[in-house]
Amino acid sequence: MVEEIGRTTEGDVIINVGPQHPATHGVLHLLITINGETIKKVEPHLGFIHRSIEKMCESLSYRQFIYVTSRMDYLSSHINNHACALCLEKGLQIEVPSRAQVIRVLMDELTRIASHELWWGAMAMDLGAFTPFFHAFRERETINDIMEETCGARLTMNYIVPGGVMQDIHPNFQQRVKDFISLYKSKVGEYDELVTGNIIFQNRMKGVGYLSAEDAISFGCTGPTARGSGVTCDIRKLYPYEIYEQLQFDEILETAGDSFARYMVRVREMNQSIRIIEQLIDNIPEGDFQAKTKAVLKLPKGEFYQRVETARGEFGVYIVSEGGTTPYRIKFRSPGFSNLSALDHMARGSKLGDLVAMMGTLDLVIPDIDR
Amino acid sequence: MLSFSNISKSIDSGLRATFDATWTMVIEMVIAGVCVISLFAILGLVLVLMERKVSAWMQIRLGPNRVGPKGMLQSLADTVKLLVKEGMTPDGADKFLFNLAPFIAIIVAMLLMAPIAFAKDFQLWDMNIGVLYVSAVSSLMVISILMAGWASNNKYSLMGAMRSGAQIVSYELSAGLSILSIVVLTGSLNLNDIILSQANGWWIFKGHIPVMIAFIIFIIAVTAETNRAPFDLAEAESELTAGFHTEYSGMKFALFFLAEYVNVFIVCAIGATLFFGGWMPFHIGHWEGFNQVMDFIPSSVWFFGKTFFLIFLIMWFRWTFPRLRIDQLLNLEWKYLLPISMFNLLLVTAMAILGWYF
Amino acid sequence: MTNEELKAIITEILPTATFEEGGQWLTINIEPVDWKLLAGQLRQEPSLFFDFLFCLTCIDWKTHLTMVYHLDSTKFRHNIVIKSKLAVDNPSIETVSDIWQTANFHEREVYEMFGVNFINHPDLRLLILPDGWEGKRPMLKDFEDPINMIRL
Repeated sequence: MVEEIGRTTEGDVIINVGPQHPATHGVLHLLITINGETIKKVEPHLGFIHRSIEKMCESLSYRQFIYVTSRMDYLSSHINNHACALCLEKGLQIEVPSRAQVIRVLMDELTRIASHELWWGAMAMDLGAFTPFFHAFRERETINDIMEETCGARLTMNYIVPGGVMQDIHPNFQQRVKDFISLYKSKVGEYDELVTGNIIFQNRMKGVGYLSAEDAISFGCTGPTARGSGVTCDIRKLYPYEIYEQLQFDEILETAGDSFARYMVRVREMNQSIRIIEQLIDNIPEGDFQAKTKAVLKLPKGEFYQRVETARGEFGVYIVSEGGTTPYRIKFRSPGFSNLSALDHMARGSKLGDLVAMMGTLDLVIPDIDR
Repeated sequence: MLSFSNISKSIDSGLRATFDATWTMVIEMVIAGVCVISLFAILGLVLVLMERKVSAWMQIRLGPNRVGPKGMLQSLADTVKLLVKEGMTPDGADKFLFNLAPFIAIIVAMLLMAPIAFAKDFQLWDMNIGVLYVSAVSSLMVISILMAGWASNNKYSLMGAMRSGAQIVSYELSAGLSILSIVVLTGSLNLNDIILSQANGWWIFKGHIPVMIAFIIFIIAVTAETNRAPFDLAEAESELTAGFHTEYSGMKFALFFLAEYVNVFIVCAIGATLFFGGWMPFHIGHWEGFNQVMDFIPSSVWFFGKTFFLIFLIMWFRWTFPRLRIDQLLNLEWKYLLPISMFNLLLVTAMAILGWYF
Repeated sequence: MTNEELKAIITEILPTATFEEGGQWLTINIEPVDWKLLAGQLRQEPSLFFDFLFCLTCIDWKTHLTMVYHLDSTKFRHNIVIKSKLAVDNPSIETVSDIWQTANFHEREVYEMFGVNFINHPDLRLLILPDGWEGKRPMLKDFEDPINMIRL
């Protein structure tokens, strides 16, 4: 590879963005061929944080492997755990108590908001505005505090066990979530004032990184990335899991397909998550928070697939079981990996400054891509 | 009344009593040089601290608060850190140009100090082409950036330097044209004359709408000229890591850093001089009583007050706006600011001829 | 579309295909040589319209490898799973990266992790593993790395 770095035969310059670069939010390496400021090709080189989680899971028991997935997409770790637990429950046919289901969904949505908050701040920071980052963190900290109180951790919660959740919610939980909702509602106007309505911001985002609906599907893009192109792909709506069927919320769709559309999808999605939380927070049913399960889980022989909607898109867990105590093969379909593959297609012909806007709206989490 | 003019006069007369004219001049030059260098250092420290406090205030956090009372010695501690750091020169770099570039940056910033009137009768060099001198010397800044970018032998640095070259050369035009509108109104290139012409009111009020337009263009253009956000494309840390000073470390980096802040101070001082009357107190036409009350505030306070207000304005931009893209940046200049400022200059000229100002 | 209808259409396209039911989705077992033809039809056929390849992976069964393709249709919302057995020594199958562009990256991953050769793939290079990686494919069951232990 070293010989390639430098100049191409056509006189274009190849520059390395990453593995250590402020715009990549982690150890992603992009080899970019540019002519002046115009991008001709983007070539991702992955694997800097590859831990072979799929291989590791093959030697972990069904109770253990769930928590390795927190380390993939660490911003939606709860949703990853949820997917694994759902997959196991499907295989073992465990009835999850309704209290646990509601708690899980509440946590999912809080995680989603926290993830989008972080993305919002980092996105603005990519474009050179530092202040929004701190404003986003003000709200995100509140969520992290709620998580810490109930789950015992702020980022990798590891709160879900097959059959329910690890322990009951903290007595303060409901009140603190309500406080968070009122805080969020009082501050969400600031987001639009500070970033969305800014003319420079809009100019940087509109028409940048266009992705058509067909391409979005073909590249396997999911989540807000695809919904910005007008593709219906919210797993919560299409293949409802847990209690999402009974909840009132909208799938946010924008049709423009550019970075601004993807931005708007995420910002509006936060409001939908708030809506879901509002429906559930006063209606947490009484009862057990965990179903009775055996100490050692043995998944029957067969294949199990569970799709869930994380903050970044569709996350899939594919377990192949031979009937033993450990999975025979596990495949995690991570949303970031597929979304990243569209970057080259989107970036060609745009300016170097646009690349950070595109990467920002793809919402890349590198451990999620590398696994 | 205690003011800089009295202090400088007493020093001057004291020196003349003991030395002959030549020695007096030499000693005065040395004093002036020492004053400029120390002002330079103090400005750097104060502005860095101010930037950090302003940004902290906008970002709902506290900012530096550990070193010294309320963190006031933070920038001093940073300077010490930068001083003792190893100043590395990359292997493939053009060593001579690489080491020269930060000094050019700092020398240009120092030269710009000369014509600025810090207070009444307190000016290093009262030259008759002050405005021309400022615009000429400030455009030398781009040379140091290009030199740094080229000599670093780094693609990010080179791209940053090229962006910066395109940007500074373009925005100089609007800055120059908006400065010209004040020159047209006063009929003088001498900064002192321009200040004195504002004795019955600052140009921003006397010249009403056209001068306000000129002022807005001036502020935008100088923000771009000093490579400050939202026009910090030369540095653009999310795109080019650190742009033209990617390879610099230690004191060489600190010199660029210092030059940037001193440049901000200088352009704000020029802005304050041209549009807000420099050290001239706030006067309204023939309101003698009011004007006399205003005169009690020392002229240096007026000057620094106005300058720091403009600096705050520029910092406010930095911490609120996202960065522009390079083509948008050049579009803004060539398609909007330049035509507007040209038309505005015509308007100001017509206004000056017809006497449509207060 | 129900599984029965899907079966009927797919049998029409590829009579040798065998079906497996009882899992989550309809599973179709095919020979590797038939894959390209079937894939094109699955994508093109208006009544099938499988335009979304949401998962592509490989399983090492020690005696053979199995390629697994999960397909979804964004129009009809029906899913199928395609499976194809590959030999352990020199496994190869046609690429589908021209039909579903997402397969480009996924196939590169399978190539480096399992050593499956994707015929006609436009850019079959290492994606995740470091440049110059030689030797065993890490996701195969008999892979042991004494330095970086991944078997816990």
